[in-house]
Amino acid sequence: MDIKAYIDSGILELYVAGALSEAENQEVYALMQQYPEILQEVLEIESAIVKLTGNVSKSNTIKSLEIIKRTLAFKVKDDTKVISLSKPKYNWITYTGWAASIILTLGLIWTANQNNQLKSTIQTVETQKSQLEIEIEYAKTDLDKAKTLISVLRDENITQIPLEGQGDFASSYAKVYWDKDAKRIFLDVDGLPEPPQGTVYQVWSLTLNPLTPVSLGTLDQFTTDENKIFEINNPNQSEAFGITLEPAGGSQSPTMEKLYTLGVAAAS
Amino acid sequence: MQLEALVEKFKQKDEKAFEALYTMYSKSMHGVIYNIVKDNDIAEEVMQDVFVKAWHNASSYSFEKGRFFTWILNISRNAAIDKTRSKGFKNSKQNLNSDFFVDILETSDSLDNSTDAIGIKKFVTKLAEKCKKVIELLYFKGYTQSEVSETLDMPIGTVKTRNRQCIQELRSIVLKNGY
Repeated sequence: MDIKAYIDSGILELYVAGALSEAENQEVYALMQQYPEILQEVLEIESAIVKLTGNVSKSNTIKSLEIIKRTLAFKVKDDTKVISLSKPKYNWITYTGWAASIILTLGLIWTANQNNQLKSTIQTVETQKSQLEIEIEYAKTDLDKAKTLISVLRDENITQIPLEGQGDFASSYAKVYWDKDAKRIFLDVDGLPEPPQGTVYQVWSLTLNPLTPVSLGTLDQFTTDENKIFEINNPNQSEAFGITLEPAGGSQSPTMEKLYTLGVAAAS
Repeated sequence: MQLEALVEKFKQKDEKAFEALYTMYSKSMHGVIYNIVKDNDIAEEVMQDVFVKAWHNASSYSFEKGRFFTWILNISRNAAIDKTRSKGFKNSKQNLNSDFFVDILETSDSLDNSTDAIGIKKFVTKLAEKCKKVIELLYFKGYTQSEVSETLDMPIGTVKTRNRQCIQELRSIVLKNGY
């Protein structure tokens, strides 16, 4: 094939202009692949036309490119470059920012931890406080009891009746403080021994003529009561008081063999 | 990078390749479009549309069908002609002058910052009238060889050889002299 004649025919200029048929285009393309001279000729024609047409333009193509990139939603690479160029300037801020946020995080963790510790301390203190309150309440009760006892002991209207130890139990003693107006007695049984297992002391109000015992109840709390003073209601016109040891639960009538103490109220 | 490789990347929607091709051809396309619509801002808009369209239809281009330049040149000419046919355009451009690219080059003072322009200006004014017309119709207007043959009342063979001579002259000015 005569390449020079082919080039001189002017077909390549028309090829660049887009003035050829599809078949002719394919033919030129095939020859271009085959003959470097033809490709070179096409490149030069194309370059000349690009120059000529470009010189007719007064376009600000850079501005238009920005618009096109925005329209096509391209990644804005130029902006990324700007940031990377001035990177050292931003690093300082970045690192400081990170450091600050780490310090802040650690601070928050420490604060939260402190808060939890304080909460548990408060919890402990609260518990101790309520325990103390209970103890205070107990103390108050004890104080009230003691005050009551003192007032009883000092009260002129209260009759004191010593109960002497009887028979085998001569070493035992007790004392009754009888508040007749309030129809109650305070029984001090500190002089009685611990009752054996399964038994209980029972208090009796007696009239002497004829001898009639009336149960005032059993001292179930004897072992647990610390001051061994019991307040018992006594609506009876008692002439004497006695204490017997009875089986647990008490008895209907006193077991005279187990009469520990007995005292007669002074005639009034 | 080889043009073919660049176009191949463009077809695979490579943004960098697109920008490279845009840099190579955008001014040329704007010139062609401006020569048809005769309004700088409208030409700018049409040119933008052309490249957006080219991006979206990138996969439809194939090397066998012709040069990438020719492909985008066709899109540009068609877009510009469509624009001149649009209703709004017709109303606003009643008195479209029929200047050729040569006239635009001769009257364009705003190109004084471009050394290319001075050389090309000198060249085109010296071009034979037939050359100016052939170049205008083939490259700026997208006429086929038979259309040029009819318009200029010139046999097809003569169109081809005449055009060849004209382009060779152009090349000697534009390329060999380093413009």
